[in-house]
Amino acid sequence: MISARGLRKSFGDFEAVKGIDVEVLRGEAFGFLGPNGAGKSSTMRMIASVSPVTSGELRILGMDPATDGPAIRGRLGVCPQEDTLDNELNVFDNLYIYGRYFGIDRATCRERARELLEFAQITDKAKAKVEDLSGGMKRRLTIARSLINNPDVLLLDEPTTGLDPQARHVLWDQLFRLKQAGVTLVITTHYMDEAEQLCDRLVVMDKGLIAAEGSPRELIDAHSTREVAELRFGVGEHEALAAKVEDLGDRVEVLPDRLLVYSDRGEEVVTAVLERGLQPIATLVRRSTLEDVFLRLTGRSLAD
Amino acid sequence: MAATDARPAPRPAARLSAREGVARQYDYWLTVYKRTWRGGVANSFATPLFYVLAMGVLLGGFIDADPDRLEGATSYLAFIVPGLVAAHAMTIAVSESTYPVMGAIKWHKTFFAQLATPLAVRDLVNAFLLFVVFRVASACAVFMLVLAPFGVFESWWGPVLAWVVQVLVGTAFATLAFGYSARLRSEEGFGLLFRLGVLPLTLFSGAFFPISNLGPVLEWVARLTPLWHGVSLSRMLCLDTVDWPLAALNAGVLVALCAIGWRWAVTGLDKRLEV
Ligand SMILES: Nc1ncnc2c1ncn2[C@@H]1O[C@H](COP(=O)(O)OP(=O)(O)OP(=O)(O)O)[C@@H](O)[C@H]1O
Ligand SMILES: [Mg+2]
Repeated sequence: MISARGLRKSFGDFEAVKGIDVEVLRGEAFGFLGPNGAGKSSTMRMIASVSPVTSGELRILGMDPATDGPAIRGRLGVCPQEDTLDNELNVFDNLYIYGRYFGIDRATCRERARELLEFAQITDKAKAKVEDLSGGMKRRLTIARSLINNPDVLLLDEPTTGLDPQARHVLWDQLFRLKQAGVTLVITTHYMDEAEQLCDRLVVMDKGLIAAEGSPRELIDAHSTREVAELRFGVGEHEALAAKVEDLGDRVEVLPDRLLVYSDRGEEVVTAVLERGLQPIATLVRRSTLEDVFLRLTGRSLAD
Repeated sequence: MAATDARPAPRPAARLSAREGVARQYDYWLTVYKRTWRGGVANSFATPLFYVLAMGVLLGGFIDADPDRLEGATSYLAFIVPGLVAAHAMTIAVSESTYPVMGAIKWHKTFFAQLATPLAVRDLVNAFLLFVVFRVASACAVFMLVLAPFGVFESWWGPVLAWVVQVLVGTAFATLAFGYSARLRSEEGFGLLFRLGVLPLTLFSGAFFPISNLGPVLEWVARLTPLWHGVSLSRMLCLDTVDWPLAALNAGVLVALCAIGWRWAVTGLDKRLEV
């Protein structure tokens, strides 16, 4: 569905995307996981065929965005990172008018708009002004709007940023149903739980490059241990104590507020730490997540 | 979910035809029109009528209506009406193509939303400008109709052609203002445009007095301004004093400005929306 080879994007002297290879297959949910400024949105805009490719090769649905932009865009649904809803139109018209841009006839547009209001659970707001919607409702409307043309590929740039946990889960559920219906999903996020929940496959992106690629499980297996022991000590002690626990795991990461000891047996690490007379304020043993993969690959935490 | 198959039929062409590109935005501009026509009426029709009353009738009362000194007009009102409508066409065109363009780029991001669909920059510019031209055309038509009973026109066909010229003036200025606005980063530039562009053009392009009064040098400067060509042509048509070679030049300049302005608008928006 989407294939990129050596894809680059520059803004003047600054290179936001530094040559990435990506292959998205029909019907899968593909993710770009990365921190702020990684180049996720820049990549998404090139895929959306609104931002010209600086160099490299990009094919979407077998077409070249440089020459077939309109035809490609006709089969994509785009939910940009920042809402671009029309504040001066009401909720229904935002969907209806948008559908008209795709050349969908009026009657079908109306019907489709009503279905999507239902889908986004904002039917009662149909006549409301966009300005009067909550942030989460706007987000749902944006996603609904991106579906007006029954897209083959749905591009979602940070779909759940700004949503409360409940709204996020509702949205994940809806995206999952879209995937079941055969829509290919491309999602960017800096939430690892979102990436784990939604994506069949993902790339970890950092500073314009791809650091790793695979399914969430594969990435965790390849780049982290099964478990992690988190040890919290007093402020400022972590750096010094790292050396004392280093031998207990495969690897130790020092964060400002805790130590992470990577080991397949987390409980044993904690026991050993206590046996050595160290007294952490708190301990926690958990499974490795994509966050750990990210930390390993980039030396930085996703949240920074 | 997929109860309705709303997918447009596969289309081999790489881009939409200009006509299709505009047609798809018809419903959008219709809602804009429904929302804004009231304000437009006040602005488009009332303001010029006040002008005519104050300048044409009241001020005109102090002015000797000597056809030799008023480019063939038998009253000051008859002299200023064609120029006034042309200047009005310019003002509407410029105001509709400045803040609204910046709004669609910066504040409402309408263009970005539209560009994520099969529409291209060229289609956005075309539909936008057509809407402005429609605004100009309807405002000027009403203006001319209201003035017809006052005996300011010398033929029936002249004012009709003059109306076409006014629409042309509006189109030329709309495209130019669009190109300017698309390149502008901050709205401060609009103040400059109105104070150093629209206002002097309105005052010194022959709408209110013959440009021969400006003296030989400034008269030539006035002849170089785009609005003068519209005023001159519009007036010759209304007063039935057409000098055809001059008329051809006036019309040629206006048409050329439309073409140049359109390019300037499309390239400006293209660069601006490219991210
Ligand atoms: N239009 C632009 N002009 C100049 N620089 C830009 C532009 N768009 C993005 N950048 C820069 O490119 C880099 C990547 O930005 P991008 O928006 O792609 O990151 P991102 O991964 O989406 O980050 P975030 O998680 O914050 O959305 C950033 O350093 C950003 O400042
Ligand atoms: Mg982004």
